[in-house]
Amino acid sequence: MRVTSQAFRTRAAVALKNVELQRAMAKAKGGFVDKRRVAIEALPEFEQLRSVAREIKEHTLSHLDYYLERFESQVIASGGHVHWARTPAEACEIVVGICGGVGARSVTKGKSMVGEEIAINPALENAGLEVIETDLGEYIIQLAKEPPSHIIAPAVHKTRDQVTDLFQEHHSRYGYNQRVTEIPDIVNEARQVLRDAFLSADVGITGANFLVAETGSTIIVTNEGNGDLTNTLPAVHIVTASIEKVVPTLEDATAILRLLARSATGQEMSSYTTFSTGPRRSTDLDGPKEFHVVLVDNGRSQMLGNEFHEMLRCIRCGACLNHCPVYGAVGGHAYGWVYPGPMGSVLTPLMVGLEKANHLPNACTLNGRCEQVCPMSIPLPKMLRQLRVREFEQRLTPARMRWGLSIWTYLARRPHLYQPVMSILVRLLEILGRKRGRFRYLPFAHGWTKVRDMPAPQGQTFQRAWRQSGDGSRL
Amino acid sequence: MAKSYKHGDAGRPRVGLFVTCLVDLFRPSVGFAAVKLLRAAGCDVEIPRAQTCCGQPAYNSGDVKDTREIAKQVIDAFEEFDYVVAPSGSCAGMLKLHYPTLFVSDVVWQQRARALAVRCHELVSFITDVCGMDSVDASFDQSVTYHDSCSGLRELAIHAQPRRLLASVRDLRLSEMCDADVCCGFGGTFCIKYPEISARMVSDKMANTEASGANNVLGGDLGCLLNIAGALKRHGSKIKVYHVAEILADMADVRAIAEGEEPK
Ligand code: SF4
Repeated sequence: MRVTSQAFRTRAAVALKNVELQRAMAKAKGGFVDKRRVAIEALPEFEQLRSVAREIKEHTLSHLDYYLERFESQVIASGGHVHWARTPAEACEIVVGICGGVGARSVTKGKSMVGEEIAINPALENAGLEVIETDLGEYIIQLAKEPPSHIIAPAVHKTRDQVTDLFQEHHSRYGYNQRVTEIPDIVNEARQVLRDAFLSADVGITGANFLVAETGSTIIVTNEGNGDLTNTLPAVHIVTASIEKVVPTLEDATAILRLLARSATGQEMSSYTTFSTGPRRSTDLDGPKEFHVVLVDNGRSQMLGNEFHEMLRCIRCGACLNHCPVYGAVGGHAYGWVYPGPMGSVLTPLMVGLEKANHLPNACTLNGRCEQVCPMSIPLPKMLRQLRVREFEQRLTPARMRWGLSIWTYLARRPHLYQPVMSILVRLLEILGRKRGRFRYLPFAHGWTKVRDMPAPQGQTFQRAWRQSGDGSRL
Repeated sequence: MAKSYKHGDAGRPRVGLFVTCLVDLFRPSVGFAAVKLLRAAGCDVEIPRAQTCCGQPAYNSGDVKDTREIAKQVIDAFEEFDYVVAPSGSCAGMLKLHYPTLFVSDVVWQQRARALAVRCHELVSFITDVCGMDSVDASFDQSVTYHDSCSGLRELAIHAQPRRLLASVRDLRLSEMCDADVCCGFGGTFCIKYPEISARMVSDKMANTEASGANNVLGGDLGCLLNIAGALKRHGSKIKVYHVAEILADMADVRAIAEGEEPK
């Protein structure tokens, strides 16, 4: 997927004026926040669980090589294959290769953010395969030819009317000519259309929420059950997963699972939690003949042990997006790549390069709500600030910012100069602004006065007024 | 004013007031309110001259070197006091939580930063949690709503303290707004770098403020208050904006933020 994060400002401005988008976002936002709150309140051991989960991940990350190799050997022992991909290109090559090897023509897909990250769909389509997304949200945006705008609710930016229009446009060729407007009917129609795809697919591709080292299992959580059909019906099941998804044991996975759905959608558990361990055994009633896991690095091993290490604890629950006021205002597409919101503003610069995404760490007020809700206690604001340090060091900070900042710091570091200069400035502003108490326009403060008035100062600096009051003795 | 000295008259703690740059420049009355409250809480207050800004603009822009220099200046100026108090959650949080992280490879300064950090407090939480004050001698015959500024709330857990003291203000009626804990869109340099997004965030804040039915909005951080007041005025709202310290110190006779001589 092309990275358009440099256009963040323009895309955000457009998003803010997009009535449909704003309507869809307003509807979704409150729901996620309220449902999560209720779910967490009903779980007294939430904080305890949070530290357990953090421990599990930290332990795994500090022995990542060991657990990945253990996972690999268990997958092989259960009859599956493991492939290692350093880059998105390598990962795509492997997946396309597996499809080619079995002469596949059509592929069904479960929702996978790593799939988006490596851009697997265009790679498969370029190789002549038909790709059908089976998660309802993914299916909708596939029809709309758009990227996901949220990591767990990819079509959250679409209103119901827009979905109705899309279905009418694309489903008439299957004989569905009625406009469906009610949600159950929309879901039903998608089910009917997708059913044929499930039955005729040669390969099913899913992501993984967890990789379990002790058993070689991959786990996905869904609410639609589409994942199960994707990984059991076709003859070949390919799992694309990033390396930090591994946990040591099934018990570890279930501990983190207790946090995942609650943080994501406010459910105790998602409707389906599916474990895949190797291909179909002779005693199994169904399942694929071949089972492949493609382990994707894409820069993660670089993050191990550096200042962004903690980001590798992320379980992609989306809580940080749901609670981010900036994300809530502009939606996911403004961020310009696969991962939006706070977690995306950390990951995108690390994965695509800071110079291609240097807006993202700045488009944040550092209000800390994301860190507060993150089930894995990831210090997102700290990391965004850390990225700003890198920008500053690499001189990626815009020149105007740098100038303004250096004048300010020059003065701030010299109290004896700062105080008389500020005294005069404040005095001047007070005289100009006294009548109205505020300014509608101020040169040098256009960013401020463009959207709000600038309150006028009271007239003297505190320092001056304090000295005049005899250091407070005449108060 | 209500007395609840923790240290007794003889051993009054010496407090260095970190005024903050915004209060110094825009609203000295908040500084005077802070002095009044601290004295009422049993402290001796001094204002070191060698203070300007806590360094957040540089820190949040990735300029570590200048931040360090500013931090050293603050530590130098304030380490002689029993306590350092700031009428701002974000500046107090900066001194308390972020200064010690600036000197990872400098043991001496790290020690000094840490020693200062444990004695740093935000004003309202200081007079309540440390000095044990649970009421003030003030009256304000108005309805108010309270905006929780992000750093104070999430870094320093300031939530109940201002409300507890406000409850003791005679005739004051507190009417909570929805999403009081959601960012107002100030965010330091964020609000000038991304004015449109900031505008959208502050307009949500305005809507919630208005829906609360209160005639005044209070908060503990002047940055947020300048943002909220500026936006309310731009949209012709009659709602007034004060720093919470001004109300608690019974100093609401000053003009509200962004009010002129001829308030419209
Ligand atoms: S950063 Fe935390 S809140 Fe955000 S998606 Fe990852 S785990 Fe969830």
